[in-house]
Amino acid sequence: MDILNALVVFLNFVFIPAAAYGAQLALGALGVTLIYGILRFSNFAHGDTMAFGTAVVILVTWGLQSLGITLGPLPTALLALPFGIAATAVLVLATDRAVYRFYRVKKAAPIILVMASVGVMFVMNGLTRLLIGVSEYRFDDGARFIINVRDFRDWTGLPEGLALRSTQALTLVVAVIVVAALFWFLNRTKSGKAMRAYSDNEDLALLSGIDPERVVRLTWIIAASLATIAGTLYGLDKSFKAFNYFQILLPIFAAAIVGGLGSPLGAIAGGFLVAFSEVAVTYPWVKVVGYIAPGYEPGGLMQLLGTEYKFAVSFVILIVVLLFRPTGLFRGKSV
Amino acid sequence: MSNTRQSAGYSAWRAPVLFAILAILFVLEGTVRNSMFSGSWNTSLAILNMGLLSAITALGVNMQWGYAGLFNVGVVGFLALGGLAPVLVSLPPVEGAWQAGGSRLLAALAVGVGVLAIAKMVWTRTRSGLAITAILIAGFVAYRYLFDPAVIAIEANNPSRHGNIGGLGLPVLLSWLVGGLFAAVAAWAIGKVALGLRSDYLAIATLGIGEIIVAVMKNEDWLARGVKNITSIPRPVAYEVDLQNNSDFIGFAQSWGFQAAEASGIWVKLSYMTLFLVLLLVLILLAELALKSPWGRMMRAIRDNETAAEAMGKDVTRRHLQVFILGSAVIGIAGAMMVTLDGLLTPTSYNPLRYTFLIWVMVIVGGSGNNWGAVLGAVTIWFLWIKVEVWGPALIGLLTAAMPDGPMKLHLLDSAPHMRFIAMGLVLLLVLRFAPRGLLPEK
Repeated sequence: MDILNALVVFLNFVFIPAAAYGAQLALGALGVTLIYGILRFSNFAHGDTMAFGTAVVILVTWGLQSLGITLGPLPTALLALPFGIAATAVLVLATDRAVYRFYRVKKAAPIILVMASVGVMFVMNGLTRLLIGVSEYRFDDGARFIINVRDFRDWTGLPEGLALRSTQALTLVVAVIVVAALFWFLNRTKSGKAMRAYSDNEDLALLSGIDPERVVRLTWIIAASLATIAGTLYGLDKSFKAFNYFQILLPIFAAAIVGGLGSPLGAIAGGFLVAFSEVAVTYPWVKVVGYIAPGYEPGGLMQLLGTEYKFAVSFVILIVVLLFRPTGLFRGKSV
Repeated sequence: MSNTRQSAGYSAWRAPVLFAILAILFVLEGTVRNSMFSGSWNTSLAILNMGLLSAITALGVNMQWGYAGLFNVGVVGFLALGGLAPVLVSLPPVEGAWQAGGSRLLAALAVGVGVLAIAKMVWTRTRSGLAITAILIAGFVAYRYLFDPAVIAIEANNPSRHGNIGGLGLPVLLSWLVGGLFAAVAAWAIGKVALGLRSDYLAIATLGIGEIIVAVMKNEDWLARGVKNITSIPRPVAYEVDLQNNSDFIGFAQSWGFQAAEASGIWVKLSYMTLFLVLLLVLILLAELALKSPWGRMMRAIRDNETAAEAMGKDVTRRHLQVFILGSAVIGIAGAMMVTLDGLLTPTSYNPLRYTFLIWVMVIVGGSGNNWGAVLGAVTIWFLWIKVEVWGPALIGLLTAAMPDGPMKLHLLDSAPHMRFIAMGLVLLLVLRFAPRGLLPEK
């Protein structure tokens, strides 16, 4: 039994990728859940908001690179992030003004807002394609690895290597900072408390003199920032392709619902739950098992589900939650 | 959707006039050759046929949305599932596939369904999470034990030409019904879970099932060869080649002033059109009869005020499930027809933007709740969707004609295809806001 090697393989192929992916999903799900909490609809345009923000970040990154500005070992995209956030915030605020506000004032059924968000999704999808096209882009620069496989082998003398890509570490660090800042904002500042009050009970919040339009604007700006950061981290980690951001919508929704729509803490837990299940279910465990139980020769790869079905995992989680606990793990809203 | 800006009543001439305008557009497409129209009846009829299929799909979506207010975001999945039916029903059987692993495969699927049913039964009796987990894990192992060797055997059977389970060799028209049945079963499963909860949940759940059905069709080679595609699906109408070799037909074509090659294409498309029209009219008739019946009144009552309907003793969730299944079945039928029309099944072509959201634009533009509106919206939007591909670049070329040549102009010219998405999104948003009842409002 070789626990050490098994652990290295597990960390390398399951834990680290899943943690990075989970952080990206959590940031995305936070945006969805905040919009649900305040505006009370599931925003189908969130994936394309992420794509739009990332596209702007990529364009600014290219601009900075052509000017010779880089961040050394860190990706230049970090420097471009504020521009992306600003552009996305302007876009979503304009969208809110032009589209959603009308239905909000009219108090239309939530499903009409969902449908409007589908229209917005189309437009944003087109805008992203217009901005950057449909091809696949890699825009990470700087140091590729913090720990690379060969160095790790040399240090430890183990046959199995461990790689920690800088984008993965960066994802986790940025996610922790962003989440900490968000929770500080929601729990400690006056505006954040106003947002939570509005989310808990709209009428009571209005009676206490909270300006609903201001709360809504704040929500959109935060959602746009979260979407851009999540999208950029996802793009840095994997690569940017507009269509992938539409597909990531399902895991993000699953994460938000698992945690309980409207609950920020739930969105984070849901993001990691979905990511870890997805990676664990689609990973071929044969190598890990080989180290733990050397005598045992499994017939196949010990893979529960092919990687092409990774979206099925989030779907199954979604179904299980809907069947047994529709309000989610953290008791979100049950409108 | 109360307080809308449109007046409730509209002229009785509105529908005929709009349909007439649409017909004129198709005639122009068939006869006038300029920068806007192709002047080819083959093109015109091809657009019309696909438009009619979109109309049937839109009819299904309209049942779910217009009758019951259910937002189905997985239209692409139900269409794809319907498209599986012609392959499994009407393709000739693949030699050796059933002997290789057919019975084992069926046993695996039966075990899969059986385990789920047992788990459900045990859950209702005992409410024990532990027992359910044990049953599901044991069931999964048993399923994989049966399933994996069967799939390997079937896919190893003449993989360059087949490698799939093959069809039953039954008539292709029958497969349309089977396509509807497939979609209905999927709709039942998904509706059982997601209906009765918050309205967004159905949207999200259907988004998921849509993606998964397409993923299954791309990756399960034993089913329909996955991305290797299935070609030469049998046709319910004549083949062009046979027509061109038929001296009677050549004479008939010449009497109308057409070449045999062109005429055979038109003839085939006209035959399809007749088939599609008949089916569309039958479906509309049934839908209209249902809508005017007590059942239809109940559905609309539920849609307009669920609480009140529930207070009157209507089982809202059950009715929703019913109409969701019916609508999905219609979508499945359209999916089977689509594959039959193309003669091939290409799972990679099932793109949600094209097959889910475009259909939604059709329903909303046409007038949700009105079957004729769905048809009008579908054919109109489909015509525009195809023509914008031609008109868009021409328009941008015209707009940028004054610009100096350079990367900006090049970029704008290249990006014309993406304008389609922006245009469709804007159409959806504008109609939703300014004319939420659509071109032909519900009466």
